[in-house]
Amino acid sequence: MRLEPIANPSTARRLGLPALALVATLAVAMLLALIAGANPLDTLGQIATGALGSKLAVLETLNRATPLIFTGLAVAVAFRAKLWNIGAEAQLYAGAIVAVVLGTGAIPSPLVLPLSALAAMIAGAVLLLGPVILKTRLGVDEVVTTLLLNFIMLLFVSYLLEGPMKDPMGMGWPKSPALIPEARLPRIIDGLRLHWGFALSLISAVVIWVIQTRTTLGFEIRAVGQNPEAARFAGMPVNAVLIKTALLSGGLAALAGWSEVAGLKGHLSSDLSPGFGYTGIIVAMLALLNPLGVILSAIFVAGIFVGSDAMSRTAGVPTYIADMLMATALLFMVLAILLTRVRVVRG
Amino acid sequence: MTEIIDILISASFWAAVIRIASPLIFATMGELICERAGVLNLGIEGIMVIGAFAGWMGVYQGLPLWGGVATAMCAGMLFGLLQSILTVPFGLSQHVVGLGVTLLATSSASFTYRLMLPEVTSPPKIEPFQPLDIPVLSDLPWLGEAIFQQTALTWAAFAVAGLTAWVLFRTPLGLAVRAVGENPAAVEAQGLSVTGLRMGAVIVGSGLMAVGGAFLTLSAFSSFFFEMVNGRGWICVALVVFGAWKPGKAVLGALLFAGFDALQIRLQQTPIGTHLPYQLFLAAPYLLSILALILMSRRAEVPAALMTPYNKGER
Repeated sequence: MRLEPIANPSTARRLGLPALALVATLAVAMLLALIAGANPLDTLGQIATGALGSKLAVLETLNRATPLIFTGLAVAVAFRAKLWNIGAEAQLYAGAIVAVVLGTGAIPSPLVLPLSALAAMIAGAVLLLGPVILKTRLGVDEVVTTLLLNFIMLLFVSYLLEGPMKDPMGMGWPKSPALIPEARLPRIIDGLRLHWGFALSLISAVVIWVIQTRTTLGFEIRAVGQNPEAARFAGMPVNAVLIKTALLSGGLAALAGWSEVAGLKGHLSSDLSPGFGYTGIIVAMLALLNPLGVILSAIFVAGIFVGSDAMSRTAGVPTYIADMLMATALLFMVLAILLTRVRVVRG
Repeated sequence: MTEIIDILISASFWAAVIRIASPLIFATMGELICERAGVLNLGIEGIMVIGAFAGWMGVYQGLPLWGGVATAMCAGMLFGLLQSILTVPFGLSQHVVGLGVTLLATSSASFTYRLMLPEVTSPPKIEPFQPLDIPVLSDLPWLGEAIFQQTALTWAAFAVAGLTAWVLFRTPLGLAVRAVGENPAAVEAQGLSVTGLRMGAVIVGSGLMAVGGAFLTLSAFSSFFFEMVNGRGWICVALVVFGAWKPGKAVLGALLFAGFDALQIRLQQTPIGTHLPYQLFLAAPYLLSILALILMSRRAEVPAALMTPYNKGER
């Protein structure tokens, strides 16, 4: 077989194939339910009800989507420039650490939220800067370095929570002291369990969309991603563009951790993120790296996770079905995106 | 300082070095074969997980230990097939597909584990590989304990490394695999199938990665835990770079790496260890891997067509 480029893919092809990828994922979901001995349609129904069936479920889904929007944006921005940032998990924890350091009384109250958000972004950005400089200066693959940093960061968090950042009132649990009330993100509407982190994630998505479509930097990021040699030939500062991309990406991922601590948990523990950084890759790919699409795909992915949790309690299908579905969706989606541009021919 | 010397002259330290290096050697050889053929296989971490799970579950269900190894290898090859279809004929991003395969293999292991053992709180144990008693050699003072009291799977790891080196550098097949990672168009011109060679390399390599995972459950820990692979796959990707894509150097890298790992575990119990946070010791393997990547970056002889998909008739 051989791949042949399609000059002008039809709209049906460009939208139909990604849609087909999602349908195929649902088919896999039903197959897995069948293997687990459950009724496939009931299982899908219970996932949907668990994610969207009540006001409480919807709020839970949106809360779960918030960090995923941030990490999804972080990955989307980086992947657009073919900068493979797999370290969103570590950057997330960098943001969470800053939220605790600055949010437990170090800064007077009216300034604490904006300052700690800014500092969190800087921490995440700096953390990604190392691997990117190693990439641009020495050609070290950033995938491996960012992945390894995730493990190092988790150990660092564990050290902080058992040592300098340990809550003396924590009854021996490795968690940080609670944030002061002024450092907490308030709820958007009184009485609804949804904090301003969600609104901030939506705003971030719009800002990134504006950067990507309306600014020189956005144009440069795309050019570097499509063909770095051509971009360099055209006089673009490729390394500088990669570094700016990294700062943006690391900063966004850090906001995920910052908003989880400041908005939802109120303290740091080492189970703050059940892999939000890695799931961000799936969110970004499902959104075809489009920042506004990230919002929808993050809510979809969050819904699958929240719904699967609820479903597994009653239907007996292991909750890990959600992780399998997300991985399947990712692989189907990259294949679908390819097939919008090329067709398979014999020979 | 004396603590370190005490550790280094103890036979149990060297036995641990060889033991810790074994799974890394299997998986590093697997990754090396893939990369020599031009495919970066980031499915490695997940494939090690599925190998650890499949081997253990096979033995738990009544297979002999080598049956467990074979089960792990088959599971790994299955995910290798998936990885190779997506990255070779379809030429998709090897980064994205690799991470996708890792996520899929890892979650498949967790899903199947929960499905087969729904109520279990702590995973059941199996009877693992026992150290082989080699006549005369195992009874040698010091040397016997340090080197010659390992399990059959450890010996297999070193045999696989030798075999990999021999096939890659002494056989026509190995020449073809290496050529396909350097200049696929030239291989195609010879009338060989680039797609076939690359897919074969990825499938075989993935099988070895899974055996590396199975070493953890069948020879090292005798049980399966969700987090047990814990970044070893990523470390093996770094070891391939450190070994400059050569099997012999990669084995030395794995031994060196295992040496540091065995040392840090033992240092934690010394006065040095009580003064430093234990997390620093646990982070050492990851820090070392990054350091190895930096040190070797200038000298590395990367296969020229690594991460470059090949599409027939395209120039």
